[in-house]
Amino acid sequence: MKSKDRYNNYWRTNIKYVLTLLLIWFTFSFLFGIILKDFLNQFSIAGFKLGFWFAQQGSIYVFVILIFTYVRLMNNLDKKFGFKK
Amino acid sequence: MSIQSWTYIIVGVTFSIYIAIAIWSRVQSTKDFYVAGGGVGAWANGMATAADWMSAASFISMAGIISFAGYDGAVYLMGWTGGYVLLALLLAPYLRKFGKFTVPEFIGDRYYSNNARLVAVFCALLVSFTYVAGQMRGVGIVFSRFLEVDINTGVIIGMLIVLFYAVLGGMKGITYTQVAQYCVLIFAFMVPAIFISIQMTGNPIPQLGFGSEITDGSSTYLLDKLDNLNVELGFNEYTDNTKPLIDVFAITLALMVGTAGLPHVIVRFFTVKKVADARKSAGIALLLIAILYTTAPAVAAFARTNLLETISTKSYSDIPQWFKKWENTGLIKFDDLDNDGMIDYTNDDSNELYVDRDIMVLANPEIANLPNWVVALVAAGGLAAALSTAAGLLLVISASVSHDLIKRVYYPEISEKGELVAARISAFFAVCIAGYFGINPPGFVAAVVALAFGLAAASFFPAIVMGIFYKNMNKEGAICGMLAGIGLMLFYMLKFKFNFFGGGSADDYWFGISPEGFGSVAMILNFIVSFVVMRFTTPTPNKIKDIVDNIRIPEYE
Repeated sequence: MKSKDRYNNYWRTNIKYVLTLLLIWFTFSFLFGIILKDFLNQFSIAGFKLGFWFAQQGSIYVFVILIFTYVRLMNNLDKKFGFKK
Repeated sequence: MSIQSWTYIIVGVTFSIYIAIAIWSRVQSTKDFYVAGGGVGAWANGMATAADWMSAASFISMAGIISFAGYDGAVYLMGWTGGYVLLALLLAPYLRKFGKFTVPEFIGDRYYSNNARLVAVFCALLVSFTYVAGQMRGVGIVFSRFLEVDINTGVIIGMLIVLFYAVLGGMKGITYTQVAQYCVLIFAFMVPAIFISIQMTGNPIPQLGFGSEITDGSSTYLLDKLDNLNVELGFNEYTDNTKPLIDVFAITLALMVGTAGLPHVIVRFFTVKKVADARKSAGIALLLIAILYTTAPAVAAFARTNLLETISTKSYSDIPQWFKKWENTGLIKFDDLDNDGMIDYTNDDSNELYVDRDIMVLANPEIANLPNWVVALVAAGGLAAALSTAAGLLLVISASVSHDLIKRVYYPEISEKGELVAARISAFFAVCIAGYFGINPPGFVAAVVALAFGLAAASFFPAIVMGIFYKNMNKEGAICGMLAGIGLMLFYMLKFKFNFFGGGSADDYWFGISPEGFGSVAMILNFIVSFVVMRFTTPTPNKIKDIVDNIRIPEYE
């Protein structure tokens, strides 16, 4: 692969990852925790109303998972493009 | 052993550890002083970032705030954790690759302009000083409550400790003391939380106990019970919002973006060995922060239930011992308006009880009858949280002066040795100023600390993100954007918090958004102004575009 192509491909894939993960980030915090809170509060898991649970617990777990997913994706991408042994 | 002897022992031991680390990590070069030589491992940096980030407010006040705010407390929970996703995906890896020492340095170099650098230094100092004053005050308060020394003496002891390890060890000393401080603070926060969760719900994991049935044999869920208790006394349901949802949205966004734009957090990612470590340590930091942040709302709900059950509509003469003790500190006040000897706690004029929110964490171990050493542990945890954040902020302040102002703008010929001396002198003065504000807190500190996030969101975040992801953004656009963002934020804050420009009440808020959430709007203005100005000014030089290309890819290993 030419170095210019290689750079472009790497960067485009990275942007795709970032946008996808940010969409999930927005969905679990702003959408489920805030915008749809009243609707989701009709449902419960254990003693939690669902909207409340996303706002005070669930979104935070999702954030942690998102970052580690990105770490994994990017480590593989770095390897694929030869930035890493 | 009494609470006080336990406190002296535990605080004494933790302070000795911090001092020992400082002596072990003395530094000789500016690279060591500013970024710990760039040799910090991913785990150590994750722990240090977590301690750096979790301040006296997170440790002492947050659970209490949530306890009174119910659902609305989510703005802090999501806002102060979600920002790490932005940091890991949009900022940390690239700033690490850039490989310099400070945030203003990135802005100044990327936008090829010393004016941009100066604007960034101004923003960094504004944000960091407002923040650090609150930390020093926190140190004084913890000392005065647990060791019964004067608040001012407490502030001075805290100053001396920070001075010692920040001046001697710079970033290296700060990093490794923060690692120790993380361990102290998380242990101190979790032990009482676990005890209380077992007492109230029989479940040792507070995150689960929070959604379990309460152990009084009534087989009702804790949160349902709390909703009912709240409604009975005339408050809103605990799991429902009081603020308008648009404001909840705006505050959450402003806190997230502000977190990602705070210089003392960003600079931690300059200290790791490589780009991959910057990403990984952001994940580790958030994982370690999430332990406290998912426990805090559980503690909040337990404490609120406890408070309503043990105090409200009880006779004052039957009240437990801890109530009287904390009454002496002024953190609890009871005023028997109707002279019936009962404590009426309500959401209207007939309310007779005032409870300071800080008490939810500070007095929790006593309320739950935990052993004395647990109470002492909470004191050491509060001090660790306040000191670690203060040290991180002081380093940003000293580096802004000695590196960004002296070395990069006013006196570039300065030698490495000279710069190191300047860095130490500025750290010294920064500690003194922070201590002064800790002893004589200006009335506006509390109001402004929350707004520091708005200021960071309105200034740094857009400038850095565009610097990395949009090569065409030029210096004119970035400078005008930062000035517009921070200008609008300052205007809104002065208008609605300090009654300048005609003042105004909550009804006058623009789009129903409070000053705490207005950073979101100011950030959007920053982006818009940047793009518009860029269209009409000179394009970015190719040399700068090459730099951006270079920071987008990781180093070869």
